[in-house]
Amino acid sequence: MFRNSYDNDSVTFSPQGRIFQVEYALEAIKQGSAAVGLVSKTHAVLVALKRNAEELGSYQKKIIGIDSHFGIALAGLAPDARVLSNFMRQQAMSSRLLYNRPIAIKRVVDSIAEKAQVNTQHYGRRPYGVGLLVAGVDKAGPHLWEFQPSGMVLEYKGAAIGARSQSARTYLERNFEEFENVDKDELIKHGLQALRDSLAQDKELTSANTSIAVVGVGEDFVLYDGDSVQVWLDKLGETRSSRRRAEEEPATTEATTTETTTETTTEGAAGSSTEGQTGPGGPAGPLDPAGENMDTTE
Amino acid sequence: MNHFPEGWGRPRDDVYGAYDGSHLKTVQPGAGFNQHTQSPIVTGTSVIAVKYKDGVVIAADTLASYGSLARFRDVERLKVVGEKTVVGAGGDMSDMQYIFDDVLERLMIKESYSPESHSPLLAPHVYTYLSRLLYARRSRLNPLWNALLVAGHDEHDKPFLASVDLLGTTFDGPALATGFGAHLALPLLRKLVPNEEASQNVTKEQATEAVKAAMKVLFYRDARSIDEYSIAWVTPQGVEQSREKLENQSWKFAERIRGYGTQTN
Repeated sequence: MFRNSYDNDSVTFSPQGRIFQVEYALEAIKQGSAAVGLVSKTHAVLVALKRNAEELGSYQKKIIGIDSHFGIALAGLAPDARVLSNFMRQQAMSSRLLYNRPIAIKRVVDSIAEKAQVNTQHYGRRPYGVGLLVAGVDKAGPHLWEFQPSGMVLEYKGAAIGARSQSARTYLERNFEEFENVDKDELIKHGLQALRDSLAQDKELTSANTSIAVVGVGEDFVLYDGDSVQVWLDKLGETRSSRRRAEEEPATTEATTTETTTETTTEGAAGSSTEGQTGPGGPAGPLDPAGENMDTTE
Repeated sequence: MNHFPEGWGRPRDDVYGAYDGSHLKTVQPGAGFNQHTQSPIVTGTSVIAVKYKDGVVIAADTLASYGSLARFRDVERLKVVGEKTVVGAGGDMSDMQYIFDDVLERLMIKESYSPESHSPLLAPHVYTYLSRLLYARRSRLNPLWNALLVAGHDEHDKPFLASVDLLGTTFDGPALATGFGAHLALPLLRKLVPNEEASQNVTKEQATEAVKAAMKVLFYRDARSIDEYSIAWVTPQGVEQSREKLENQSWKFAERIRGYGTQTN
């Protein structure tokens, strides 16, 4: 059940100075479906891939609006994201009610980082099992932050979290200088291009599985879900990953990274098993180190 | 008639002994139960302010009265909050000191730790915060016994002037005054700025002149005022403050007044 004697709880350091329970929590993010965020000088965009448990099931919500000037995309345990997003809503409302001003993105991100850190320091608590991308606009312009359950928060020009997110990250690394100066439509297109590279081999972007959110300087946070996404997919054109296109149309070969091929092999194991929800001990207990029996992440 | 409410509806002390309030944590010696502020003790009188085209001018005298006794003659009733806001307070001076030295200082310290990306603490933010505080306190039946004016400008550099009092009542206007000033100074100030549009054509000199004239009228007719006052000008560039002494008063006519009717000399 446990890999070693230093991963029973989040208050034990390993001899190497690591906290394994926090690292297992980071694994929960990697099990979740991908979410991508990116910023230009005028806008911040979130795009995410929604997952349904089975053919007849609905797709789990991936993007949550917090206030009129910012929102989040999640990867990992959705209930933990609900807790954090509720808290962020309270912080944002408190700022408006008490000071009559919208809260700065950094301040709200710091506040959830503090909550996450406390959970790694007290016995009987567990780390949050969710990673967030927080995108918003404040006095200093558009911002994108990544939140991790370790309590770490970093600001990015472009970021991706969740399953196969490395492919999206590679796209963003290659193109970030270009999307810095583009308009809203182009920025969303870049986001979708990054997201579609993180698709599984047999999947493509559809209006059912894609979520888009955008917020700009002087523009409120807007979430596009369901039918309203089709407009953006039409602008995108190609909805398959570049990897799959390369295989299906060998004439127009695109460079595929080595790590994307290795990820494809591990993907089958994570998605196959639906039995045995969480590890022993329930939600308050330690996380399953192997993570193989968990299919509760989004 | 027993004038002490804590004695009402309870067994008589002379028959049954004094009420034992030792089980009450908040009990104060001699009170029998916790008492909130029911009336102010040391008080400051009016605060007056006018908007002009670049900013706001605000003034308050330096007297803190103890009933009809002019007890403390050098009390500053204007407070600069941050760099671009001035709060003026009338009413209870201990509550004013709590707001100025405790609440607003804490707010400024907290603000100094906030990220660059936060919009700076401006008059509307300070005002909203104070209005929430005063309304929360009166809702607990424990009011801060003050009338406050907040002067500054908003994020578009437009002059801001608004009022909040011990009941949490809020309103704004091109010219405002608290206490006696609302009756004596405001009618004079409104000759200069009858509405918001008018305030946009008023110069700093015109506004200052009107405020100084109003302070003089208040000294003539408000028995809780003094002839020394603080005045401050708030613009997007910052705050300018000075201390003034009333001059060119008109008392010469008094020597011709004799008796109360028929007396000739």
